[in-house]
Amino acid sequence: MGFLDTLLGRTKPAQPNLDQLFELPTAAITLEAGMNMVPTGTGSVCFRAAEGKAFSDIESDVRELLSMGSGTASVEVTKDSYGFTWLTCQHSKDDFEALVTDLHAVNSSLADGGFGPQLLCTLVSFKDDSGRKLGIIYLYKRGTFYPFAPTSGEQRDNALELQVRGQVGADLKIEPDLSRWFAVWGAPGL
Amino acid sequence: MAKTRYAPDRGLTARMTLTMFLLGIVFVAFITVLVLVLSATGRVSGGAIIFFAVLLGLVLGVGSLFYSDKIALSTSGAQLVTPQDGPQAARLHGIVDRLCALANMPKPRVAIAPSPMLNAFATGRNSKTAVLVVTTGLLNNPDLNDQELEAVLAHELSHVAHKDVVVMTIASFLGIIAGLLVRFAFYSELFGGGGRGRGGGNNNNGGALPVIFIVLLVGIVTYAISFLLIRLLSRYRELAADRSGALLTGQPSALASALQKVSGSMSRIPQKDLRSAEPLNAFYFVPAFKAGGKEVALSNIFSTHPTLERRLRQLSEISDQLNKQA
Repeated sequence: MGFLDTLLGRTKPAQPNLDQLFELPTAAITLEAGMNMVPTGTGSVCFRAAEGKAFSDIESDVRELLSMGSGTASVEVTKDSYGFTWLTCQHSKDDFEALVTDLHAVNSSLADGGFGPQLLCTLVSFKDDSGRKLGIIYLYKRGTFYPFAPTSGEQRDNALELQVRGQVGADLKIEPDLSRWFAVWGAPGL
Repeated sequence: MAKTRYAPDRGLTARMTLTMFLLGIVFVAFITVLVLVLSATGRVSGGAIIFFAVLLGLVLGVGSLFYSDKIALSTSGAQLVTPQDGPQAARLHGIVDRLCALANMPKPRVAIAPSPMLNAFATGRNSKTAVLVVTTGLLNNPDLNDQELEAVLAHELSHVAHKDVVVMTIASFLGIIAGLLVRFAFYSELFGGGGRGRGGGNNNNGGALPVIFIVLLVGIVTYAISFLLIRLLSRYRELAADRSGALLTGQPSALASALQKVSGSMSRIPQKDLRSAEPLNAFYFVPAFKAGGKEVALSNIFSTHPTLERRLRQLSEISDQLNKQA
């Protein structure tokens, strides 16, 4: 926020940065080659639903768009305990690009409808042979990614997260401020 | 981006600008009159009084700005919490994390105050020292659902984003100096010695009384005007925070219902709690201390917060705005 906006108590809602999302397929290849982490084919978009018909119209349009888009994809809508909505897309494991394209479609529909500021994050999930789970989370407002590796209970595998940062640092813009790597416990699709 | 549902409220911006402009005018007029009065009489003692008032005012202002977070934490008895400090702290951190990611702002520290009052406030001069304090009463209240709690926190985060602590401290600076000046002038007159004695060295004793009197009068008038303007500014900033908070969550109605619940419970708070809560009042979500009973119009202009009706009206306008078909 600029000085004048602060002085006058005006907040300009943060607009999302959507383009970085297409860097994900490259990072997926790096992750598989370097750490044996493969995409599960699941990805989700998290947003804060605004009240009113205007938003729910757009939301149902998005759902319709996704479910008729590609034959293999399934779409699921869940609401988490914080009141945020997650649109989860399930694709086949090999078709990571189609998943990213679908996720991007959700973003652009919401942004085109004027609800860009309601977008929170996008998550794509990975796992390795030993069953370790990893989510790569994209923060719309920062235009950055960060890894999130939940273990049993509400614990994070920080070592794995930092290792991932080192691996994909060249492919993705990783959030430099570690305090913004917030946890999304129980995120659908992870 | 061409299309937005988040148009700024130009009326509110204009009124806030005007209030700050008037405060500036009062400040300039105050200093000008004092300098004129003093240079007309050529007295040193009056100058010393003003110098010390401004100096002490600056020290107080800067001090309260730098220690605002510590003062507020110790006054309210709040404890900083981490997400590991139990389920309540984890939930609070979860909500704040998400709101900060939505708003793209740095996360403030989070504290919980052991108080039965339903309230929350934010303090600290910048994003590093910012603290968001929530009372246990608010966290434990079964009437308040998660969305309403989130709306309250979004309102407080907007205060942090708008740097309201800094703006209001600077705005209060004028009032502090005028108040100090009145007090100094009064005491120096009361005890006769200090101010007059020094001036008395150059046979100018006769002029002392009127000068002090004028300074006193100017100080009182300035204090009164700036007090009203500061309260007006505070109300406008509350409306601005309501607005930003409602737009952040996209749920103006949740904030409206939270306001209704919280302000309804405020009147049931016992008197003892109210008095101890008074110094923090300006930063509270809903003022714990109500000025007037029936004389609504008069108590409104002294109030740090807008009336519930005014706040609800704005929120329903925002709700309409969000719902407009694009």
